Amino acid sequence: MKLNVKYDYSTICKIVLQEQLTSLSVPYRLHGHGEIEFERPLNEDQKNKLRTSLAFYGIEIIEDQKSALVHRIKETINNMMHHHEKARNYKVSSYLSETLNYSYVYLSNVFSEVTYSSIENYVILKKIDHAKSLIISNNCTLTEIAYQLNYSSVAHLSYQFKKTTGLTPSAFQKIIQKRRANDSHN
Amino acid sequence: MNLQTLNVALADDDEDDRFLFKEAIDEIKIQTKLSIFTNGQELMDYLSLPNVILPQVVFLDLNMPVKNGMQCLREIRKNSALDSMSVAIYSTSSSEKDIEDTFVYGANIYINKPNSFTKLKVAIERVLQINWQYNTSNLNKDNFLLRI
Repeated sequence: MKLNVKYDYSTICKIVLQEQLTSLSVPYRLHGHGEIEFERPLNEDQKNKLRTSLAFYGIEIIEDQKSALVHRIKETINNMMHHHEKARNYKVSSYLSETLNYSYVYLSNVFSEVTYSSIENYVILKKIDHAKSLIISNNCTLTEIAYQLNYSSVAHLSYQFKKTTGLTPSAFQKIIQKRRANDSHN
Repeated sequence: MNLQTLNVALADDDEDDRFLFKEAIDEIKIQTKLSIFTNGQELMDYLSLPNVILPQVVFLDLNMPVKNGMQCLREIRKNSALDSMSVAIYSTSSSEKDIEDTFVYGANIYINKPNSFTKLKVAIERVLQINWQYNTSNLNKDNFLLRI
């Protein structure tokens, strides 16, 4: 028998971080978007200990400031997508600059410099990734997905899906279903 | 700061295609280190070396002597040590059945060999960009399918 599960990365990461940080017994605050604030600076020993214990979970301390900022941009976008009220009422650019306290021009320059890709492209990739999970979960129609992800119409969603993945939503769904059927035979 | 060098592998039996691919990947602005193989068996031998640095993405031609692309794909997807690697099929075949079969057996990307050098560059760059986002962001790799 096989089960498919759906998980929320940010909840898992938050719990892991809390466990590891608490065992360090240094006062800290988790800010979300992958930022941790310590009341006192960590000494090298503590930092190394934290680095080792987090590495076990595949969590890395980002030393480079620009990469760290790119990471926070991505986390902020991910967060925005999970709260569609925010997505509906804000533009990505103003939401990012208000949340992260940098001008959008600066954020978008750093993002392009580090990733060779733009914030706009990432937003599309992330939205389509979300659409994929919803298509596979089979619980909603394309119309509902388009509404949830703030597309003006189903046609616009389908068009962007095709443009991003090279596949139509239905071809994508068919492939994933066949892949799963195939996996459970082996 | 730029992102670190990407490790890429290519298995293709056609010498001209290998040459063009190498030229194209050298001309795009993403820094890469390309390992080239002339058939599937060479690639699989390389991937099973101890301490090998796994490529982030491997481009596989479908029709190759000794071991073809489909056989490599199936071996790669059966080996959980190679899970982190994305597989891009790079083929002249535009048969819908080939495309669907490779996706079903775990390919992430299907590229029809483009008929111009410029298009090839654009295709490779797009693959590397998107693949990099999948490796560094919270995107679900199980759903990573891209057809170019």
